[in-house]
Amino acid sequence: MYRYDEFDHTLVAERIATFRRQVGRRLSGDLTEDQFKPLRLMNGLYLQLHAYMLRVNIPYGCLSSRQLRQLAHIARRYDRSFGHFTTRQNIQYNWIRLDETPDILAALAEVEMNAMQSSGNCVRNITADQFAGRAREEIEDPRPWCELIRQWSILHPEFSYLPRKFKIAVSGATVDRAAVKFHDVGLYLRRNADGVVGFEVIAGGGQGRLPFVGHTIREWLAKDDLLSYLEAILRIYNLGGRRDNPQKARIKVQVNALGPDEFRRLVDEEWEQIRQSPLLAVPRAEIDRIAAYFADPAWAALPDASAAVAGQRLVDPAFDDWCRNNVVEHRTPGYAIVNLSLKSPGIAPGDLTADQMDKVAELAERFSLGELRVSHRQNLVFPDVQQRELHSLWQELRKLSLATPNIGKLTDIIACPGLDFCALANTRAIPVAQDISRHFSDAAVLQDIGELTINISGCMNACGHHHVGHIGILGVEKNGQEFYQLTLGGSSGEDASLGDRLGRSISAAEVPPAIDAIVGRYKALRLADERFLDTYRRVGIEPFKEAVYGPRTREVA
Amino acid sequence: MDATEQMVLANRLTDGRVVFLAADGSWVDDIGGGAVAAGPGTARDLLAAALQAESRNVVVEPYLIGIRQVAGQRQPVAWREAIRAAGPTVRTDQAD
Repeated sequence: MYRYDEFDHTLVAERIATFRRQVGRRLSGDLTEDQFKPLRLMNGLYLQLHAYMLRVNIPYGCLSSRQLRQLAHIARRYDRSFGHFTTRQNIQYNWIRLDETPDILAALAEVEMNAMQSSGNCVRNITADQFAGRAREEIEDPRPWCELIRQWSILHPEFSYLPRKFKIAVSGATVDRAAVKFHDVGLYLRRNADGVVGFEVIAGGGQGRLPFVGHTIREWLAKDDLLSYLEAILRIYNLGGRRDNPQKARIKVQVNALGPDEFRRLVDEEWEQIRQSPLLAVPRAEIDRIAAYFADPAWAALPDASAAVAGQRLVDPAFDDWCRNNVVEHRTPGYAIVNLSLKSPGIAPGDLTADQMDKVAELAERFSLGELRVSHRQNLVFPDVQQRELHSLWQELRKLSLATPNIGKLTDIIACPGLDFCALANTRAIPVAQDISRHFSDAAVLQDIGELTINISGCMNACGHHHVGHIGILGVEKNGQEFYQLTLGGSSGEDASLGDRLGRSISAAEVPPAIDAIVGRYKALRLADERFLDTYRRVGIEPFKEAVYGPRTREVA
Repeated sequence: MDATEQMVLANRLTDGRVVFLAADGSWVDDIGGGAVAAGPGTARDLLAAALQAESRNVVVEPYLIGIRQVAGQRQPVAWREAIRAAGPTVRTDQAD
């Protein structure tokens, strides 16, 4: 993992000292809320429905046991003993006091964490494939490049007041687990025709009120050109982004208004002006220095133990279920990647209590070289588990309710905090997720349904990624009542697509039966082991519309 | 039910917690302790007092909410404010 150098420590310490003074000035009345708001947001501090909320960066989803213990301490000391992992691989605390926030930031700095730029109109936390450096099909580890982008973008003098927030995701794998095409800029590490690894650059993706799949604006970019090309994109956006209308201020609106070809032309024109700038040419030695932090850990030389694990699976069906759903092949013999499901029935997706955090930190030390990851689907990952330890780890995770065998299944639900916590939300999201997860709690039923994701957002801002759920659920408020609109056919993967609206919105109580109806129709229509998404793409929306609303219902928008 | 009754709700500056303006000008956690304006004129006075408190940096974003009596208890008319007054409907295991 990356470790702070002297510069990082100084930067973060100075930032905390500045914010401590700003909080003092706010509390004494020297700053009004209007003056203070952009300052607190730049430090990840929101004012929500019930209290302040602090969003803490987890850079590209990587955490150490030591850091997780500190997050548990903060949850206990300054919050209500739990935290919420988000779709941007961050953690949020919901019950924060303004006057204690500088102390929390200082506690985070002790373990080389911060909340800088986790909000505000700037470059946010860089996100990545949660299996980075471990996935068998990976072309190259994205984490060194994420760290380079993080360092370039933190307190970048030109890009601290962009038209709107700016999100970047990077994946080095051929399977997209990071929703790369739904970011302001998405980067895939790719080989060109000569076998040289560079970046495919995608721009203008996003969700929210105006969802778009990003456009590839450069098929292949040499690694050495990464920062100058990103700088060119940000400059074109900073100059041309719609500052007059927050609803239209994201880069996706600019890219799609100009068209990807014209946007590309503008970026290339700017890039030609700056690509030789020594400021943007990162010395190879510096890239190597950063990459060294992400060198392979000291894996033991182990034989492949899958045969022994297969024996354990044969005699223990519950362990077998867990292995099939939550364990992923590792690129090193004798090791496995393990997903910890934060989606046990009835639990708020992404929530972890302080006690669970402490225990997970301990287990990560015992079973995964003291490291873990956060996924954008709001689960945790142990990246380096010895296959021969899988059964022991599974038993420990079960005690913590973190071994539900549902990764990528219907109850592996993404849900935003919704109206229970969020000042922007129109409706609740968590109770809907809880109802669905209780309704479909039978592991055999989930297994039969197969790969099917449900994503729930409590408003059009789409923090719960409803546009890209195989089944999306969007909360809408009508005459003071909560209703939910279903979409089908979304995907955040390499086969990215936006969901299609099924029909009129329904009440919360009608959601689980509607999911039942959709699943039932899918099972009747699927060919062999065809995935839900593939069946949907083959047969279209009509059979599902009929399943939910009946054959004669005429839908009203 | 009388939906014309109004109260003022805000976030307290120091901890962000939901508070209601009381008749003596203080801010209280419990909706039952807040002042109720029965008509538009009184509501305007309540809001004016709240905005003064905001300018003195006691609270943030005060605004008027409609309330009604349900089984002898005050309850915000709007769902959003009902959740603000009562707290989240989830994670009630982690309540105060």
